[in-house]
Amino acid sequence: MDQTLTTTMTVNGTQVTRSIPARQHLVDFLREELGLTGSHLGCEHGVCGACTIRVNGEIVRGCLMLAVQANGCRVETIEGLSDSKELEKLQKAFHEKNALQCGFCTPGMLMAAQDLVRQRKKVSREEIRSHISGNYCRCTGYQAIVDAIEEVIQTEVTHG
Amino acid sequence: MKAPSFAYAKPRSLAEAFDLLERPGAKILAGGQSLIPSLNLRLSAPEILVDITGLPGLSRIEPANGAVRIGALCTHAQLEKSEDIRKHLPLLAEAVPQIAHTAIRNRGTLGGSLALADPAAELPACAVALDAVLVIAGKKGERRVKAVDFFKGLFETDLRENEILVGAEFPKADKSVFLELTRRHGDYAIVGLAAAVQRSERRIAFFGVGGKPVLLKPKTLDDAKASIPTPAADLYHTASTKLHLAKVLLERAWTRL
Repeated sequence: MDQTLTTTMTVNGTQVTRSIPARQHLVDFLREELGLTGSHLGCEHGVCGACTIRVNGEIVRGCLMLAVQANGCRVETIEGLSDSKELEKLQKAFHEKNALQCGFCTPGMLMAAQDLVRQRKKVSREEIRSHISGNYCRCTGYQAIVDAIEEVIQTEVTHG
Repeated sequence: MKAPSFAYAKPRSLAEAFDLLERPGAKILAGGQSLIPSLNLRLSAPEILVDITGLPGLSRIEPANGAVRIGALCTHAQLEKSEDIRKHLPLLAEAVPQIAHTAIRNRGTLGGSLALADPAAELPACAVALDAVLVIAGKKGERRVKAVDFFKGLFETDLRENEILVGAEFPKADKSVFLELTRRHGDYAIVGLAAAVQRSERRIAFFGVGGKPVLLKPKTLDDAKASIPTPAADLYHTASTKLHLAKVLLERAWTRL
């Protein structure tokens, strides 16, 4: 039985209502229905972190949540956080530190990193590594990513 | 891969949930952090998912009478941030950050972890070590089962059809230790242990060694070492490696018990 359910959610500040098949996960909905292709799909079973998005202010695996479960929720994606300039400092730091090569993991990596940055507390490199441990990057070896996040957090905590 | 087709319902009351669970091929969905991967991998093919996350009152953490009652829908993130858990159940406070990653802890639930009964999962072992009592609701009312009796085997529990795990009561411990060894942070454990001292009795629950948490109540370290059952090998580790690692963890834990 391929049941569809009328679902309403706020995506990057805009309310959308669609009839969604129960089996469709949230990132497929964002990509296929709304054309928001910034959230990537790597493994589709919760291992790689490329699909990391925010639901009601908390980061989640977008592939491990059904789109119908987002009914009534506030969903934020890389597109929303880029447009609002919330990610501006991280994006600049990623660019400057060469914290990406192919870029496939970058949207998820930025969403996870911003989750730590917005906590506005001093953290060690070890804590940064732990926070992004659920996000795989197969190019950079992570050093540059940790460098970029560390720089932003240091500036935010000292000057923010 | 993509999940197979299924229907979906989100009941607002336990009564409504029990009715839905009577439909053929019904399966409970809570945080979905294990169920949705298994759907995406087509390892599971339910007819209807009954999303219980809309049930009221199942996300509370309530300390009372030497124990803490935790609602089944409490997420790992909620446990991680809870002052009550840090104060009254340091074993859980130590264990939870080692479960998967932030994005998964934001959705995965206590009830989901206990009801799934993955043999390498952290919370079932904590429940066994602390002698927790699991609260199960059915159409005819509630029943209570000790953790040690709840876990029957590999992904097998005492839950019967049309029952819902609604919470668990974790008694406090005088001392506790949680240790696990993983290949990478957030992975399921190669082997791990949750240990507690309650009324001068040491309770050590190993996980990742068999189909369910293995509880030992040793008097001495040598006793304990001798009574660890030989673990089953996994994809990456032989039985003897896992047994060795279990003993290493035991020695590390012993000085804190």
